[in-house]
Amino acid sequence: MAVLVIADHDNATLKDNTHKVVTAAQAIGGDVDILVAGTNTGAIAAEAAKIAGVRKVLTADSAELGQGLAEAFQDLIVGLAGGYDAILTPATTQGKNFSPRVAAKLDVAQISDVIEVVSADTFVRPIYAGNALETVQSSDAKKVLTVRPTAFKAAAEGGSASVESASAPAAPAKTHFVGQEIVKSARPDLGAAKIVVSGGRAMGSAEEFQKVIEPLADKLGAAVGASRAAVDAGYAPNDYQVGQTGKVVAPQLYIAIGISGAIQHLAGMKDSKVIVAINKDPDAPIFQVADYGLVADYKAAVPELMSALG
Amino acid sequence: MKVLVPVKRVIDYNVKARVKADQTGVDLANVKMSMNPFCEIAVEEAVRLKEKGVATEIVAVSVGPTQAQETLRTALAMGADRAILIQTDQDLEPLAIAKVLKAVVAEESPELVLMGKQAIDGDNNATGQMLAALLDWPQAAFASEVVIEGGKAKVTREVDGGLQTLNVDLPAVVTADLRLNEPRYASLPNIMKAKKKPLDVKELGSLGVDTAAKLKVVKVTEPAKRSAGIKVETAGDLVAKLKTAGVL
Repeated sequence: MAVLVIADHDNATLKDNTHKVVTAAQAIGGDVDILVAGTNTGAIAAEAAKIAGVRKVLTADSAELGQGLAEAFQDLIVGLAGGYDAILTPATTQGKNFSPRVAAKLDVAQISDVIEVVSADTFVRPIYAGNALETVQSSDAKKVLTVRPTAFKAAAEGGSASVESASAPAAPAKTHFVGQEIVKSARPDLGAAKIVVSGGRAMGSAEEFQKVIEPLADKLGAAVGASRAAVDAGYAPNDYQVGQTGKVVAPQLYIAIGISGAIQHLAGMKDSKVIVAINKDPDAPIFQVADYGLVADYKAAVPELMSALG
Repeated sequence: MKVLVPVKRVIDYNVKARVKADQTGVDLANVKMSMNPFCEIAVEEAVRLKEKGVATEIVAVSVGPTQAQETLRTALAMGADRAILIQTDQDLEPLAIAKVLKAVVAEESPELVLMGKQAIDGDNNATGQMLAALLDWPQAAFASEVVIEGGKAKVTREVDGGLQTLNVDLPAVVTADLRLNEPRYASLPNIMKAKKKPLDVKELGSLGVDTAAKLKVVKVTEPAKRSAGIKVETAGDLVAKLKTAGVL
């Protein structure tokens, strides 16, 4: 039995999501290998090799893998699939982009967003925006899973796996990379932050969002999130969105400011350890999941909170 | 350019799903059903492409029960030209749906398949990518902008940390993300007109596609409930509680 974990990285450093998916792989059992595909893979592979319990790290380097083209990832992973019983990918936007292609090429189901490994063939995943949990048993010889990293603890470091290179696939003929705009931020990554401060539609404007949410986040060393309503209204960029259709987060502390708590938002943050809600509407659904609720207008409450934090 | 738009009938966006007591699934009896929101966005984008003179024909297709005809009528009322229902009472997995759609593509020869990125019932986010793989077509998933020019689709995609732009040769599969557009409401005259537009019904069996399930649903359960905590009076109290809880 062998499991292949596709590493999450940004062509510079390995992301913690990889450690979490390794934990899911270990729950399935057998040898665990990690594939680092992209550019600058040598340095990233060296970090991946330190994860405890990993047999080997494979690298594949090409411009198209660095650009995250789904067709390139499909060809690479399908080519390696013969040696594995399960292929696990973090359920990031990137993982969700290529993993279904791999499953289709292998003629197996993809089990999306796995939050629990019950056994080598049985998995739990959320459906209906997290309002139900489905336990499914796969009859496929090879399992293709995307794994929700927040549902697993990060695997420890202390290993020293060998690193081998795999040959990169040919460049996809019909997909051409034009460019990308990745937001550079000094703040922690939303998916991995210990504290997240999120703002909702109550902010009323992008200026207000920046004036209220960002200083509080910076004071706490937190990542910034937003509700779908705030993103749709243009108050915050799309990659800030926390929710079923955005990012799923599970920080130690989640502070929701001016967020009513629509089902789809709750699905993205309800596994946080401690939830704080600040909202002037005492009947807002967010209070039903909040450990600490402050019924107040954020305009008064956030400055008070800033000064109470010292 | 012919555009194929697959659509799915699902529980209405505003209805909270409830798990059946026997843990066999979600209770859909007497629940309001609608077109999956991401599918609506895909239909809207196709209609906009037609209004710009880029698309010449929009074919909506659904794989599902007889009642999915209502969903297809909604697509027709929004501006699709004709519709196809591949009728089945089976609950098909994404790979099976992708195989069925591949058969429809073979018959219809569209240059673009425009579909939602995810259905809000199964939340798989897989069918579009699987269809692209089965067809060996390029894909641009999670689109927030689509421009068709010179036999290519220039697609801005929502990715981790920002936006990416790809040029994909047509034919291609594009999946719609939330911010691609805001779907229109069908007007009453258009709803009336949609009743006269062609809607073909084919039995799933007539396609000769292997749609056998690969997964067995063992059980469907409710997630652990999070109970409401306490209300604090001031920001100062809040900070004190958070310090006690060890999260600050």
